[in-house]
Amino acid sequence: MSKANEAQVGGARVKRGMAEMLKGGVIMDVVNVEQAKIAEDAGAVAVMALERVPADIRAQGGVSRMSDPDMIEKIQAAVSIPVMAKVRIGHFAEAQILQTLNVDYIDESEVLTPADYEHHIDKWNFTIPFVCGATNLGEALRRINEGAAMIRSKGEAGTGDVSNATTHMRKIGSEIRRLTSMREDELYVAAKELQAPYALVKEVAETGKLPVVLFTAGGIATPADASMMMQLGADGVFIGSGIFKSGDAAKRAAACVKATTFYTDAKVVADASRGLGEAMVGINVADIPVPHRLAERGW
Amino acid sequence: MNVGVLALQGDFREHIIALGECGVTGKLVKTESDIEAVDALIIPGGESTTISKLAKAFGLAELISNRIVDGMPTYGSCAGMILVAKSIIDPASDQETFGGVDMEVRRNAFGRQTESFEMDLTFKSISGAPIRGVFIRAPWVESYGPGVEVLSSIEISGVTHPVAVRQGRVMATAFHPELTGDNRVHRYFLEEVCKK
Repeated sequence: MSKANEAQVGGARVKRGMAEMLKGGVIMDVVNVEQAKIAEDAGAVAVMALERVPADIRAQGGVSRMSDPDMIEKIQAAVSIPVMAKVRIGHFAEAQILQTLNVDYIDESEVLTPADYEHHIDKWNFTIPFVCGATNLGEALRRINEGAAMIRSKGEAGTGDVSNATTHMRKIGSEIRRLTSMREDELYVAAKELQAPYALVKEVAETGKLPVVLFTAGGIATPADASMMMQLGADGVFIGSGIFKSGDAAKRAAACVKATTFYTDAKVVADASRGLGEAMVGINVADIPVPHRLAERGW
Repeated sequence: MNVGVLALQGDFREHIIALGECGVTGKLVKTESDIEAVDALIIPGGESTTISKLAKAFGLAELISNRIVDGMPTYGSCAGMILVAKSIIDPASDQETFGGVDMEVRRNAFGRQTESFEMDLTFKSISGAPIRGVFIRAPWVESYGPGVEVLSSIEISGVTHPVAVRQGRVMATAFHPELTGDNRVHRYFLEEVCKK
């Protein structure tokens, strides 16, 4: 018999392992209890509780911050699947608050207004695991070095335009493949160029993958988008505005879950794509001036 | 022997790797014909509500249940333990299990992610170093019938909670041996549960 007081909490294995359990699944942005229940019923592996989905943050402007703890707790009480919540980049006090609420994962997110333009949060200081955005391999490894237990490609949140998610997934994938083809003595310069710690660069070169789970986010709006991201090497998908800014949210949510599981079976994805009603209207990333692109936040 | 790993959602690839270390080429299964073609099945860790909804939506749930009743060796870890339980104490709406072990489980029994933990366990029939149990939003067995053999358990505040059980050809663990690189639990499944 083992006694519970020998238990070790908050280690890297349980933090990274939590993300392993989400693989092959869809994490959905929700702003209230009703949406959270729709997401759970549709088969989401987790929900992201926030006050405004990225499309509304984009439309309404202003400073965007961590959600009200009351709102997060209501969602925690309403569903049994994991509940994640966002903090501003670098805002370690918001993260301390979310830790007291016992959310299951913290997203240090560029979708909110950054609180620190130099430093990200030292995520090793927390027992709660963090997911962070990245546009390329160097950025992903810097976040992992700071303690991120899961990475998501950034894409361009709140647009319904999947092109940036594609760019980021392809970029991360091709940079990993490049490392695996290098001689060992070339990895030192590769680490310098990636601006990432040598030990992590070497690990990626040896294993051919990130040391943590890699999801895709930013602009995914259809089952086909989800399938494409999975085929590009994502371990799973975040869908923000794409579900609850569409016509029939419950049906679209369930369809995206099916497409994420059966991403290699075009017939299943085709069936999932039928009769979903109106997709979110969206914005072309090319029409958004560079200073207003969320993916430019973080470094 | 063909061993399948249910690949609807979760850490199915880690189970394939663990099987590989035991000298068995596991097969990812997600369709009816896939499931009909395997001799044994592993149900991985993941989100039990998602796996059960997908299994139902694609007509796999009844097939898996029937094959378990017919004696297919089955091993479920974490979410998989929930899915081979006879019943769940606090199920999500309309959540159903495949059944296989006469037990009732409590989901997220240890708490939320901040309470996820790892610790050394003794595991009946596995000698040598302790098994490192990795518990992630894990369930435990709340109650079980006379046919169930407890393989490992944890004591919390004087109360014993089984975290690994077996009934005939069905085995379940609340923890994730597939995340540790120690394949002795998978070996136990292949050598003791599948072959006897």
